[in-house]
Amino acid sequence: MLEIKNLHVKLEEEDKQILKGVDLTVEAGKVHAIMGPNGSGKSTLSYVLSGRDGYEVTEGTAELEGANLLDMEPEERAAAGVFLAFQYPVEIPGVGNMTFLRTAVNAQRKARGEEELSASDFLKLVREKAKALKIDAEMLKRPVNVGFSGGEKKRNEILQMAMLEPKMCILDETDSGLDVDAMKLVADGVNALRDEGRGFLVITHYQRLLDHIKPDVVHIMADGRIIKTGGPELALEVEHNGYGDILAEVQ
Amino acid sequence: MALPQVKQDATEARLTALTMPEGGCLGSARDEALRRLRAMGLPSRRDEYWKYTRPDTLVSPDAARAAVFHNDETPMFGAFDRLRIVFVDGVFDAEASDDLTMEGVRIDRLEDICCKDIHWAKDLYGVLEARGQKPVERPLAALNTAYATDGVAIHVTGKLSKPISLSYVHKDEASDAILHHVIRVESGAEATILENGPAASRFNKCIEIDIADGGTLHHVRAQGRDHERRAATHMFTRLGRESVYKSFTLTVNGVLTRNEQVIELTGDDAVAHVAGACVGDGDFHHDDTVFITHDAVNCESRQVFKKVLRNGATGVFQGKILVKEGAQKTDGYQISQSLLLDGDSQFLAKPELEIYADDVACSHGSTSGAIDDTALFYLRSRGVPEKKATDMLTLAFLAEAVQEVEDRAIAEDIVTRLQGWLDRRS
Ligand SMILES: Nc1ncnc2c1ncn2[C@@H]1O[C@H](COP(=O)(O)OP(=O)(O)O)[C@@H](O)[C@H]1O
Ligand SMILES: [Mg+2]
Repeated sequence: MLEIKNLHVKLEEEDKQILKGVDLTVEAGKVHAIMGPNGSGKSTLSYVLSGRDGYEVTEGTAELEGANLLDMEPEERAAAGVFLAFQYPVEIPGVGNMTFLRTAVNAQRKARGEEELSASDFLKLVREKAKALKIDAEMLKRPVNVGFSGGEKKRNEILQMAMLEPKMCILDETDSGLDVDAMKLVADGVNALRDEGRGFLVITHYQRLLDHIKPDVVHIMADGRIIKTGGPELALEVEHNGYGDILAEVQ
Repeated sequence: MALPQVKQDATEARLTALTMPEGGCLGSARDEALRRLRAMGLPSRRDEYWKYTRPDTLVSPDAARAAVFHNDETPMFGAFDRLRIVFVDGVFDAEASDDLTMEGVRIDRLEDICCKDIHWAKDLYGVLEARGQKPVERPLAALNTAYATDGVAIHVTGKLSKPISLSYVHKDEASDAILHHVIRVESGAEATILENGPAASRFNKCIEIDIADGGTLHHVRAQGRDHERRAATHMFTRLGRESVYKSFTLTVNGVLTRNEQVIELTGDDAVAHVAGACVGDGDFHHDDTVFITHDAVNCESRQVFKKVLRNGATGVFQGKILVKEGAQKTDGYQISQSLLLDGDSQFLAKPELEIYADDVACSHGSTSGAIDDTALFYLRSRGVPEKKATDMLTLAFLAEAVQEVEDRAIAEDIVTRLQGWLDRRS
């Protein structure tokens, strides 16, 4: 599904190397988790995959089902199936959440040569998905993320993901700022989307989320590299001993 | 202080190109306006109040030609039930206008107010304009009072069932129009005035509005899309106790527009809102100049102006809130913002507060910026193409101003026009 090879990324504006050779393959149907200390480059990786400005790829490749992601505009990547649940979802005053969702869904359909959803079909779908995430009609009417609590913003990200049905879901610290109940809602939302054709890359600080979203593979990232890869037990090890041991081990 | 010779000459040169209409009962008001004008002289580039907008083409003896813009868009407000009053190149068009009778209002042409002895109109004509000359001079408004060739007197005595619509059609490429309307809204009465159209190649328009205690006036204006047209407009509004004035202006294109709003809150608990949304390209120059005087207790004023500028367009905002001594519990809000869609465009803003009362809440803010990159990326990451995402954010930027229009259907129509402007640009 997603194949990243030797990815090197620096900041466009400064001479600062952030990713220093990332290799990572996420197979369809699998959930991969990335853990790692703050500042190790996890968010940068997610932004580079989704096409944010400000980064320069100096070496390496990133492909989704064989297509070169790095050559595409962000909207093309989205239409190809990449979705990033933001660590900090963006507030957009003046744009209604519903309008935003419908525009996004139909833009992707159009880009893929599919028919746009009718207003009533869209409404039915969004109501159903929103209900599962306990997002009420009021929240759908408000401007995108404006005045939303931290938990509401994260649930709104998952709603977008559920509506867009991407092939490759990247979740950047979707658990941060969530209480136990909200975490459960979010995890249920993610689990509902798990299927054979879809890959997940779950970036998190804590084992907590991984209790609910069971990963197949866990990677540890530090200083712009993946330094260790293992099964779910690796997350438990980090939970108990922190990153210290692992970092020491590779040095 | 004697007027500089250059200014005097420029003013006289302009006056020779004009003929004062037969005076009638307005003769003395016109003569006085002319005296005011001669004492002030027409604005020049050196005047502080015209620092950001060059008045040359507004004061020159002859109007520059402006092409008539043909398009197949339905005219603004076309779908709404309204009483239409049509002016073509500044001349009343009886054929195209509706019958001017409607319950709760009396409408007369300016030229008829003397023979029909419309007292209130005679007593209002030139009066608010003259008051509005202090503390800042507005010579183009005095010129208007002296030389206006047409206009209407609208006397609102009840709650009107439909809006009164002033449509300004531009047909002659060399037209130079001066219109002056007077409006009085009686106590407890309520009306909506709509204005639309480019009016003329050069348009000088003045409206004096007197709203009695408890009266309400809504005003929505759409200035025509003829790109080469020039306009200088003044609205002088006096508000009585518990009265309401809400005005919104949409401007799409126009090589030069200067809209002045001079508002005086003279009765307690009055409310005045003025807002505007404008979008323009290239040699588009748009100036909103607002002066609001609070001279009573517990009044509210609100100014919301948003400008979207591209390809070297210029936006100007000069907005002042003056709170006089004793105008306690004043609530004054002012925001002016521009969205610059490229590096060539500019926004020049001069927000001012002058307060002589101690128990007031006034705020003002002015910003100028580009499309928010983070928001743009967020939309694109969801699959929305860049152009569409930029358009969405542009409309979102304008939304705060458009929301000032209370009539939902009209607000939607305005959004459609703005969307049209965006769609026409790739
Ligand atoms: N746009 C940026 N400007 C400056 N520094 C940045 C930028 N993006 C990332 N960095 C730096 O790159 C490093 C990795 O950041 P990030 O990818 O956010 O890490 P993580 O998500 O693992 O905490 C940090 O040192 C961070 O300060
Ligand atoms: Mg991060």
